[in-house]
Amino acid sequence: MAVTTTRDDRTTRKAEAHRGRRWALSARWVLPMGPALFLLLAFFAGPILWTVWASLTNAALTGAQAAQTEFVGFANFERLLADTRFREATLLTVLFLVGCVFGQTVLGLTLALLMHDRHGAVRATVGAIVVGAWVVPEVVAGFVWYAFLEREGGFNSVLGFFGAEPQNWLFTAPLLAVVSANVWKGTAFSMMTYSAGLSEVPDDLKEAARVDGASSFQVLVHVVLPLLRRTLATTLLLITLQTVQVFTLIFVMTSGGPGARSTTLPLLMYQEALRMGDLGYGTAIALALLVVAGLFSVVYVWMLSREEQR
Amino acid sequence: MRGTPRKTTRAAAAAALLALIAAGCSSGEARDADTVRIAYQKFGTFIAMDSLMRKVKEEFEADNPDVTVELNAIEAQAEDYQTQVNLMNGSASEAPDLIYQDTFTINQDADAGYLMPLDDHFDAWEDAERFNEQEAEAVTSLDGTRYGVMLGTDVRGLWYRTDFLEQAGVELPWEPATWDEVLDTARAVREEFGDEVVPLNVYSGTPAGEAASLQGFQMLLRGTDDSLFDESSEQWVSSSTGFTESLEFVRTVFDEDLTLAPQDALDANIGTVNNEERFPGGEMAISLEGPWATQSWIEDANRPWPEWEDHMEFTPMPTRDGQGAGVSSMSGGWALSMGAHATDPDLAWRVMTHALNQENAVKFAVEGGQIPVRSDVAEDPGFLEAAPKAERFAELVDVTGFRPAYSEYPRVSLAIQEAMEVVMLGEATPEEAAELYARELESIVGPDNVTDGS
Repeated sequence: MAVTTTRDDRTTRKAEAHRGRRWALSARWVLPMGPALFLLLAFFAGPILWTVWASLTNAALTGAQAAQTEFVGFANFERLLADTRFREATLLTVLFLVGCVFGQTVLGLTLALLMHDRHGAVRATVGAIVVGAWVVPEVVAGFVWYAFLEREGGFNSVLGFFGAEPQNWLFTAPLLAVVSANVWKGTAFSMMTYSAGLSEVPDDLKEAARVDGASSFQVLVHVVLPLLRRTLATTLLLITLQTVQVFTLIFVMTSGGPGARSTTLPLLMYQEALRMGDLGYGTAIALALLVVAGLFSVVYVWMLSREEQR
Repeated sequence: MRGTPRKTTRAAAAAALLALIAAGCSSGEARDADTVRIAYQKFGTFIAMDSLMRKVKEEFEADNPDVTVELNAIEAQAEDYQTQVNLMNGSASEAPDLIYQDTFTINQDADAGYLMPLDDHFDAWEDAERFNEQEAEAVTSLDGTRYGVMLGTDVRGLWYRTDFLEQAGVELPWEPATWDEVLDTARAVREEFGDEVVPLNVYSGTPAGEAASLQGFQMLLRGTDDSLFDESSEQWVSSSTGFTESLEFVRTVFDEDLTLAPQDALDANIGTVNNEERFPGGEMAISLEGPWATQSWIEDANRPWPEWEDHMEFTPMPTRDGQGAGVSSMSGGWALSMGAHATDPDLAWRVMTHALNQENAVKFAVEGGQIPVRSDVAEDPGFLEAAPKAERFAELVDVTGFRPAYSEYPRVSLAIQEAMEVVMLGEATPEEAAELYARELESIVGPDNVTDGS
């Protein structure tokens, strides 16, 4: 008995000591984490919660609703579903997203493949040029493209050389214009991640395929790309999340016009919340934007997990 | 154990940081009672307010050494300017004491509780009797409280280049009596100059913003038998002959290529480009505009055009068939108002009246291309001399109309701009666009608040 008791005591004491150490351990982690956690809660979770709350009210920048904001339930969302402007903006957002993601992926991957195994100097030069576009602030990129595509811009000078009539491309093909600009700016990101992915592909696999008589194209399709799939899915997810929230570039280039032909959800949100002062409705659009981004993310994650199950 | 003091220091530092952040998030420091913060707009060719406020700051601070006048010039278009001021108004510690304010937003901002009633201050001011009836109407809210003092008003009409019209065979002075005569003149200019000169500018579409709605559409609608808002029933007019006729005018202008190409007309900077480049550069013949256009040409402008008086003349815009008074005009106007959170209302009022005194009002009327609302400014020899077209503008004050200053107006105005845009792009006929507007209007103000026009 006595022996058992001692053992029990010892176990309890051990457990207590262990628990105490765990506390100390977690305190050592939590305390330094405190500021970061606080910042995250205050500046990330806070605004999101506020957005959800605001979307259920008639909050406004001015007018009687600004003095007396009322809870309106799902009225903003009902209005959203009936709003043709919102439907058009959602469609444009999806088109913009698909255009940008497709263009960026094809261009980025091609560049990465072309640069792979090239001489260091070539890689450095091409890399610097492409990454330059990525480093340029969005506002500046917007102005550069505005100047390039407007009636008296560089693109028309080039076309004029072949005898084409000058036109304001921001007016005649607004969506294409903003997609091109965004692809130009974002390609560097895709290129860099794909370059990193390519360097992970073992050389002996490629070598083996070549020895078996595969052409370079076959090596690419049957060996390199399947191994790149996970990088591909992750990159697609990242650029989708980057692209869906693009505001500055479009705002600088077209302001969402002409008409509403390049008004994507972020621009619509800006117009409703800040131009019209209807914060409640604007935040409802913001949540809709979150849903669009979320749907795309789910698709990619699903693609990725299916890949892993194989 | 040696680590403990270091850890304590670290923890203390973290705690201090947290406290700092928390303090930063709370309401912020108390406002200095001796500082008067003024928010005003400075954008494109509009620098008259900036010039006035700099002068006020200098003079007022010289007379009152313990007072600081803090100038907050916001460089933004009118719509964005209002958004920014509203955002400032949302927080008591950020709110300006004095606000340069478009009079048609006074109702909304008063409803929001952003503005200070000024009846007592104004009634006790010895200059009060100098201000005219129109001024009182523009700055008084629907419940009869005064929320500001108006700086000046404006009218709208046609600026034209005399030399171009003369060359196109138009008799001068040009006094068109109907819309058709305006269009015929534009056609004559197109014929004479071909693609060299844009015959007629009518602001249209969403990028031009309020200019399209007010200078463009509502100037036209004012010349028909209908209106935007029926004052007697206090309801918005959803569809009317006048509405369609006004859009018809827009269509004619764009269809017959009597104006800028839509891709150039749909440019947010169209107003600045027209007045700073197209008129002085001889690329435009007529524009439906307002007196403020002279700001782009006077000595203090970005690109002065000293010869403008030899080339430019102003004439009223006729009504459609010459009905009613024969001419139409729309007016807006900006005021100074006081923030509801003004730290020292009496001090703020002193700064305000300094900005509004006779001398400064003359300066602003001249530089800002304004029509004075003070009798002693309108008669001031300095003003009459420096504003050569003043009598021409003043003629319109009796016939001019105002926007319905309800809080739904900005949204209604956008619906108008959209209706214009589909017409100018040829995406809809005027009838279809009017129907689109009627539907949009109903969803904005509610079906109970609309009525049919003629």
